[in-house]
Amino acid sequence: MNRRFSFSLLLLMLLPIVSFANGKILATPGVSQVEGSGGGGLVPWAQLAGYATEDELAFSAFCTQANVKDFQLNSCGGQVNFYDRLEVSFVKQHFDVEPLSLTLSQDILGLKLRLYGDLLYSTWPQLSVGIQQKSLRTADVAFSLGAKDDTGTDFYLAASKLHLGLLAGYNVLWNVSLRYTQANEMGLLGFSGPNGNGALQTEMSVAVLFNKHIAVGTEYRHKPDNLGLKEDDWQDLFLAWFPNKYVNVTLAYLDLGTLAGLSDQKGWYLSLSGSY
Amino acid sequence: MSKYFSTVIFVFALQLCLGCSSQRVEQREALYAEIGGHEGLESLVDAFVQRIVKDKVILPYFAKSSVKHFKQGFINHLCGLVNGPCEYNGDSMIDIHTGMNINEGDFNRVVELLIQAMEDVGIPYSSQNRILAKLAVFRAEIIKI
Repeated sequence: MNRRFSFSLLLLMLLPIVSFANGKILATPGVSQVEGSGGGGLVPWAQLAGYATEDELAFSAFCTQANVKDFQLNSCGGQVNFYDRLEVSFVKQHFDVEPLSLTLSQDILGLKLRLYGDLLYSTWPQLSVGIQQKSLRTADVAFSLGAKDDTGTDFYLAASKLHLGLLAGYNVLWNVSLRYTQANEMGLLGFSGPNGNGALQTEMSVAVLFNKHIAVGTEYRHKPDNLGLKEDDWQDLFLAWFPNKYVNVTLAYLDLGTLAGLSDQKGWYLSLSGSY
Repeated sequence: MSKYFSTVIFVFALQLCLGCSSQRVEQREALYAEIGGHEGLESLVDAFVQRIVKDKVILPYFAKSSVKHFKQGFINHLCGLVNGPCEYNGDSMIDIHTGMNINEGDFNRVVELLIQAMEDVGIPYSSQNRILAKLAVFRAEIIKI
């Protein structure tokens, strides 16, 4: 019995006991992050993916494509949200290095635990911890650039809050994450290297909801430079559309700076996700 | 080091932003007028009751309530919250909701019905959010009791 089939079977067995997960307010769970976790596009947030509340499960799936000057990232994955307490996520990333006509692949398994609070209602921000277990399937390029490992684990602590009507009546959402990582370019170029073996990085996002369906925001993600290739911080400007609780479309403008020694990696990001 | 510094600045800027809430005092007084005064509140609560009546999940919570009593109480409560010329002297949120055992999902569902009602009567999005901000603080006195 193959893995995909047994997973589908497990889902089917769970379905009868699942109440339909739509207990959250539209748009508040955010979108799917490129590493699979619920979040913004680049930064994992404290919210868990999907609209599940304390007695619901939510299943989400997404595909994201990012195109910058010399690279293209295709990733598809999904999340299961258990009772707004635990998020399990998985993503398969395929990263095309166009100048070399080769594709790097990585799998990331994520876990996120909500420690405290509610994005909207708690006095203090919602707080979650998470891990991302990364396995680079194509490690040759990473090793040739000086990476020490083809697997690595990121740990993060995320805080997020939505302030109702904060900005001239518009809702403002922010998230700050602190991540310990050894990854080079998110893991696509391996882990650790001659210039570093892991460090704390900060990441942040701010968004304004222009109406209940549309959020516009920006993200900034600090990154290490373990390989000495002038690895740059990442940033984006995004527009996320939530026509209903089942579908989300996110469009972003990316500035990834210098990536694998190639500068000016700017371009577009499009992500589609579905939730049940 | 600079990256930690920029984060500190970011968080500090957020706090400043929260500080500007004191500047919203004037806007707050305008809120009552913005939603159409007492008449506006009456149509809002009427629309809200219409939404509740049509909702199979939420309606049972109101099985023992008098519609007239609920309308009067909610209009007065909202009126006071948006700094209108009324004072709410009804039962506390805790007294009203004790024993109902409302979970997070149903609470949010009622919030969504209220948002729909505000849309029904044409309250602008920014005023909707300000009203929700005033009501949000009562959540702890409403759910799971």
